[in-house]
Amino acid sequence: MRVMVMVKATKNSEAGILPGDPRAPAAYEKLFQEMGKFNEELVKAGVMLAGDGLHPSSGGKRVRFSGGKRTVIDGPFAETKELVAGYWIWQVKSMEEALEWVRRCPDPMPGEESEIEIRPVFEADDFGKEFTPELRAQEERLRAEIERQRKS
Amino acid sequence: MAEGTRRKAVEAVWRIESPRLIGGLVRMVRDVGLAEDLAQEALVTALERWPSTGIPENPGAWLMATAKNRAIDHLRRHQMAERKRGTTEDDASLSHGAAPAAPEIETAIDEDVGDDFLRLVLIACHPVLSTEARVALTLRLLGGLTTEEIARAFLVPEPTIAQRIVRAKRTLAEARVPFEVPRGEDLTARLPSVLEVLYLIFNEGYAATRGDDWMRPDLCEDALRLGRILAELVPGEAEVHGLVALMELQASRLRARVGPAGEPILLLDQGRSRWDQLLVRRGLAALARAEALSRPLGPYTLQAAIAACHARAGTGADTDWARIVALYDALVELTRSPVVELNRAVAVSMAFGPAVGLELVDALVDEPALRSYHLLPGVRGDLLAKLGRPDEARAELERAASLAQNARERELLLARARGCSSKLNDGRWTS
Repeated sequence: MRVMVMVKATKNSEAGILPGDPRAPAAYEKLFQEMGKFNEELVKAGVMLAGDGLHPSSGGKRVRFSGGKRTVIDGPFAETKELVAGYWIWQVKSMEEALEWVRRCPDPMPGEESEIEIRPVFEADDFGKEFTPELRAQEERLRAEIERQRKS
Repeated sequence: MAEGTRRKAVEAVWRIESPRLIGGLVRMVRDVGLAEDLAQEALVTALERWPSTGIPENPGAWLMATAKNRAIDHLRRHQMAERKRGTTEDDASLSHGAAPAAPEIETAIDEDVGDDFLRLVLIACHPVLSTEARVALTLRLLGGLTTEEIARAFLVPEPTIAQRIVRAKRTLAEARVPFEVPRGEDLTARLPSVLEVLYLIFNEGYAATRGDDWMRPDLCEDALRLGRILAELVPGEAEVHGLVALMELQASRLRARVGPAGEPILLLDQGRSRWDQLLVRRGLAALARAEALSRPLGPYTLQAAIAACHARAGTGADTDWARIVALYDALVELTRSPVVELNRAVAVSMAFGPAVGLELVDALVDEPALRSYHLLPGVRGDLLAKLGRPDEARAELERAASLAQNARERELLLARARGCSSKLNDGRWTS
């Protein structure tokens, strides 16, 4: 199974504090090195498919959909703890394996309380019978349309 | 935590740690069977203790220390027994080489942990073993699969797999397979047998040769994972990256190549928006690494390059068939495999028309290696259909169906045979 592993934001991550920053807690010094080692371990175990850190939400935008109306909202966003500061995509055998890897992850936000969230990615099997020939036909039409636009 | 959850947590640790654990123990005791037994005993101890103590901070080290203590016990008993018998050699045990004395084990454990996986994969895929034995041993020792899981994946009774593994371990001991990890050219020379096993496991998942399900994605994932690990261990080996590229690219189509009722969907009929772009990108990156490392390209890299032609084409019609033909030319040159020639014929028919393709296929009809290969009549039938010869086409497709061992594939071939009289088919036999 594939999982998305999200490192949740904190006050420091939202402030864009990186190692070397005078505002950074002392433990940040080792963080890059430790995280690099952890990532290397994930790659060497054939587990990590992708992963990146995200800029603070002050650099992000949201588009709100409401009754056909679309409104652009500029960051930063409130609810820091609900924001994502970084993510991995892992290929694992089970949720337990993902948990075991997260257990081995260095504290991503030293000096602050933080959370890592693991969410399984939908796989073809999850859709089961829902993925009917009609849905497929619709997807084919969509694909043809994208293709037409790409060529024009 | 519920009992089931606890067991799963320990199993997850096992899956992560077992190759390193068994590999390290093999280095110490120089006996694959004994190493696995010791590792299993450590696992049993963990299953007993961890539910109450919690999983230790460094579970890999815990398992290794536990297994190491058992190893020392074992060797002391062994040495004592030998002294009693007044013999130090030629004992009934299958271990060989001078069994190390207990204190040597203490130092051996700290050596070169990075090599342990490599050592284990080279032993599990050793050329003295039959291909079947190599596959079973690799999944067991490196994939962390149980005998039951392997049996289920290959639709073979569990005792058959268990026996295969026992016999493989005995063969390794009798052949006195060395436990040192070879270097340089010697290492390169050992890799083809490893790559063959990984690709075989992948393919059994990708297009199951037997049974009712056409695909078993779990096996693909196991093979891919082992390939990714291997590529990190021997980053200078072009063909390892080539194989990983090939598997990533093929796996990128997994979810597009089976319909809602479990029926196969062939490459040119697949909804390309369902191809997994993450795996496509990984595949193309691995291919670039392989190409940068090798001239001329090896067989896996060439196959990956062919798969990449499909991955890069936005639609089936955009496929660069001429390039695919050129890549197949090189592959035929390298492998002299009739199956590859058959694939080349399909590519030629797509690039230069069905008549040219059929000529090439007809030249392969008497090939002994293809006599019972269902895709030969399958391809012939498609080309005949394209050329407006529906009766011959139907006969060929029916013959193909009778040769196919997989139920899903048989149904597909029969459906195509039925379709022959009504409308022309276009050949879509690459997948």
